Amino acid sequence: MKTIYLLIALMPLAGAIIAGFFGGRIGRAGAHWVTSAGVGISAALSLYVLAGFVGGNIEPFNGSVYTWMVSDGLTMEIGFLVDELTAMMMVVVTFVSFCVHIYTIGYMADDAHNWPKESLAGKNSYQRFFSYISLFTFSMLMLVMANNFLQLFFGWEAVGLVSYLLIGFWSVRPTAIFANLKAFLVNRVGDFGFILGIAAVAMYFNSLDYAEVFAQAPGLADKQITLWGDHSWSLMTVIGILLFIGAMGKSAQVPLHVWLPDSMEGPTPISALIHAATMVTAGVFMVARMSPIYEFTETALTFILVIGATTAFFTGLIGLVQNDIKRVVAYSTLSQLGYMMVALGVSAYAAGVFHLMTHAFFKALLFLAAGSVIIGMHHDQDIRNMGGIKKYMPITWITALLGSLALIGFPGFSGFFSKDAIISAVSHSQIAGSGYAYVLVVLGVFVTALYSFRMYFLVFHGEGPRDEHAKAHLHESPKVVTIPLILLAIPSVFVGMFTVGPMVFGDWFKNAIFVLPEHDTLGAIGYQGVGWFLGHGFMTAPLYLALGGLGVAYYIYMKKPEIADKAKDMAGPIYTLLDKKYWVDEIYQAVFAGGSRGLGKVFWFVGDRVLIDGLVVNGAAKSIGWFATVVRHLQSGLLYHYAIAMSLGLLLLLTWFVIL
Amino acid sequence: MIALSDYLILAAILFSLSIVGIFINRKNVIILLMCIELMLLAVNINFIAFSHFLGDAVGQVFVFFILTVAAAEAAIGLAILVVLFRNRRTINVEELDSLAG
Repeated sequence: MKTIYLLIALMPLAGAIIAGFFGGRIGRAGAHWVTSAGVGISAALSLYVLAGFVGGNIEPFNGSVYTWMVSDGLTMEIGFLVDELTAMMMVVVTFVSFCVHIYTIGYMADDAHNWPKESLAGKNSYQRFFSYISLFTFSMLMLVMANNFLQLFFGWEAVGLVSYLLIGFWSVRPTAIFANLKAFLVNRVGDFGFILGIAAVAMYFNSLDYAEVFAQAPGLADKQITLWGDHSWSLMTVIGILLFIGAMGKSAQVPLHVWLPDSMEGPTPISALIHAATMVTAGVFMVARMSPIYEFTETALTFILVIGATTAFFTGLIGLVQNDIKRVVAYSTLSQLGYMMVALGVSAYAAGVFHLMTHAFFKALLFLAAGSVIIGMHHDQDIRNMGGIKKYMPITWITALLGSLALIGFPGFSGFFSKDAIISAVSHSQIAGSGYAYVLVVLGVFVTALYSFRMYFLVFHGEGPRDEHAKAHLHESPKVVTIPLILLAIPSVFVGMFTVGPMVFGDWFKNAIFVLPEHDTLGAIGYQGVGWFLGHGFMTAPLYLALGGLGVAYYIYMKKPEIADKAKDMAGPIYTLLDKKYWVDEIYQAVFAGGSRGLGKVFWFVGDRVLIDGLVVNGAAKSIGWFATVVRHLQSGLLYHYAIAMSLGLLLLLTWFVIL
Repeated sequence: MIALSDYLILAAILFSLSIVGIFINRKNVIILLMCIELMLLAVNINFIAFSHFLGDAVGQVFVFFILTVAAAEAAIGLAILVVLFRNRRTINVEELDSLAG
């Protein structure tokens, strides 16, 4: 089995290396074939592994592949832990990645237009893009397959790096460069907490291996440590919160969410793959994987819960007023990530990971559909310019509709099961903050439905595209674009109803996720089969809120478009607040970016100009010069002065010798 | 009877005179050269006095060497002086300060 796991991880890497280093030689077709084949093989093998787990003929694997070094009893190695959680993640990652690879063939086909003529960076950009997304797949697989914290960190940073490279892929656009730097810097903040958390694990558990750490966790559950001063902290809380700060950066939770909307500067395929389906969910996966640690710290769980709920609701609100098609989906992603975090906060890890999976399919679908629309609209992304696209792009339309329905949790669609499981779990939770979270996630359902279908109606229904030229050229995207849409639409619709039983309420994750009996909010729901769960949905508020949101969106944007403008005028300050995204960007820009620049200026002026240049370098030269101007007066050039000096010196020397 | 110390005192006086001559002479380079000669002569007196009182002829041999070197030195010194005068049109010591810092 080890060989299979190694193949799964290394095939995308091989594709990335070939396409990256030999892109010029193998050409465009060579690059997309080799990377798609690598990821395709990975996807097939991952499916085989998942099928093995489903059939029960594969046991969880936990083994080392390569020992990097052993230092003072601390083993640093590369190893794989493949259990049901990993197998599911592997399938999600490789499957979505495979779809995105195929889609990219269509989306990036005329990438040469995006570069200035004779631009060196634009040379072989097509091959480079494939190399990057394959490299991303490899990094993400290393992250989810890790059996130790060090490899987790490696994967964590590697996906961050590829994300940076891909957001700034069109490096000739200043906005792209700004966005990728922003993403990188914001992630550094999170990663700082993350690596401190890993260091704390290494320090107190003296091991980086998951299995060893988790085995020790119950014994250290009550351990108190002091960080500074006399105040003592629970070790588990410190580790939990530090690791979660890393997750906040990677999974774009408030207040580190600012990079994700800007990351939409990158090409759409990577928005789907990295910034919706896989990388941003790494934080969710990580917390679920660390459930044996988080279960012992209610403080950290409350922290996760509050952050997640805040993100889920307030970023969803911003989605209501965005006009860029990708940004609407991006804010929706933020909001859904918040839902996943909420699930983790109430110890419903399985529901969180389940939502991760369903969200990966339908959000990747929505992004790719948005990309397809963008292709049709010749890279115009403003939804106010769109409309009536339904009749020009039927496949895109129907898949986007399915994705939107899944997103809002329409009964029967995959999103319904995952979202309802989360909300029910929150309602059964006793943990501090669950009341706050419950209100926000329930209201969030209405907001989700409203912004999703606002976008859907504005894009696909109503009057045709505003621009006559665009209208004339509007047609369905090529097959390489529509086939991934169809491939993703299938799981978006069906995966929920078939897997909710075993994954969320069954014992599918029994080896991977640990939940204390008193935290078992999913068990408290009392699941009795898919049909029962559907019926249960009809008896709770979220379903009606979702339908209400859909109805309101239909009424406003299809029947009475003037209501939207009226509402905008009536809610003036609130609209401005949302349109400006709560001014978070501006505040960060002023406080952190401005503060850093100010600090840099102080260091530059005081440290560099004054101290080093002024005092040390020029100061040394100046003091020597000054000394020389004083001493040069001794050199009169007159012979008798030298004679006197010589005689007096001789006299002194003689006296010295005679007396002593 | 003239004692050794008398010769030595005479030599010391001559030597001191020549040193003072170098210091206080601020006008003429020739006087400077003369003072140097006087220094050598004072040393010669010392050599001869010691040679005589210690009964060792080597001191007197040395004096001849010194006289020879002094003659050569005076010749070279005067030659330099001539060149200097040609270049600067002066032999005033006060004005010869081109080494001033």
